Amino acid sequence: MVDVTASQLRTASASDYLALLKPRVMSLVVFTGLVGYVAAPGPGDWVLGFAAVFAIAVAAGASGALNMWYDSDIDLVMTRTRSRPIPSGRVDREDALMLGLTLSALSVVTMYLAAGVLAAGLLAFTIFFYAVVYTMWLKRATPQNIVIGGLAGALPPAIAWAAKTGSLTLDPILLVAIIFFWTPPHFWALSLLQKNDYAAAKVPMLPVTHGAKATRLQIFLYSLLLAPLAVTPVLTGLGGPIYLAVSALGGLAFVALAYRVLRSNAGEGVPAEDKRARDLFGFSILYLFTLFAIVFIERGFA
Amino acid sequence: MNETVTLTPEELKARKRRNMWLALSLIAFVVLVFAITVSKMQAFSLLGGGQ
Repeated sequence: MVDVTASQLRTASASDYLALLKPRVMSLVVFTGLVGYVAAPGPGDWVLGFAAVFAIAVAAGASGALNMWYDSDIDLVMTRTRSRPIPSGRVDREDALMLGLTLSALSVVTMYLAAGVLAAGLLAFTIFFYAVVYTMWLKRATPQNIVIGGLAGALPPAIAWAAKTGSLTLDPILLVAIIFFWTPPHFWALSLLQKNDYAAAKVPMLPVTHGAKATRLQIFLYSLLLAPLAVTPVLTGLGGPIYLAVSALGGLAFVALAYRVLRSNAGEGVPAEDKRARDLFGFSILYLFTLFAIVFIERGFA
Repeated sequence: MNETVTLTPEELKARKRRNMWLALSLIAFVVLVFAITVSKMQAFSLLGGGQ
């Protein structure tokens, strides 16, 4: 019998396991899911609504854990992710895998119990799309990784809508489309700033494969698509007069900031130029948050 | 060959805390399923189900 002292073994705390669930991503998903639930027609049920949004949050956390399990090699190389629980040695990869699989199953079962087969099916699809299609395949294969993979992050409002109504209409699809077309300019603005990190980790992000100039052009083109798209909820009645004003003005500001990025040398190692991309990145978060907050207020207090 | 692991007091403490959170999570899940069931049953009876 060999007695092994555990001094080299991890002393993971509960907060390390919580970090595996990417709480910041979870909070965004809770918000967009909540907006989807409140915006959907019908009286709703607070207990079932809470359960549905909770299941979406847990599913997002499970996807995060599966992502960290699979991407621990990349996370170890990149400065931004080096201190995550697995690369820092506080949590074993297998623990993250088990946590991800367990929470995936529990979230889908909870959603099925609370909201039925459509919402549960969409939730299972979202986990699969993020963990398998995006993380295992697209992320390392194509510079379109975050464009296609962005669908997983865009779906929560539609899942919550389906949880409340049992069906999908044009309105939740518009909410999904807004997040879907918002994702590329948002992430590419960030990736311009972290180009070297992605290159070192051999992740084929657009600035690495096609250069900063092509990325700046793509950011601008997507902003031209996003700005008018974000106004369309007014046409279906999902957005009211406040939404119209804010989405129109916010869209103009988004395009203006994207144009500044286009005309800059952001992503080419000059801090003053990188600021243009950082400004767009920061504004993009405010923009999406505000649009969804207004839908929440206009529909929730109508 | 058999191996045993001797945990340090800090590691024992960390394990206890992790187990506590796991227990609380399981209790929360049971409560959530109970609340969902009650809510569904109420909705069912409001619709006149079972009559």
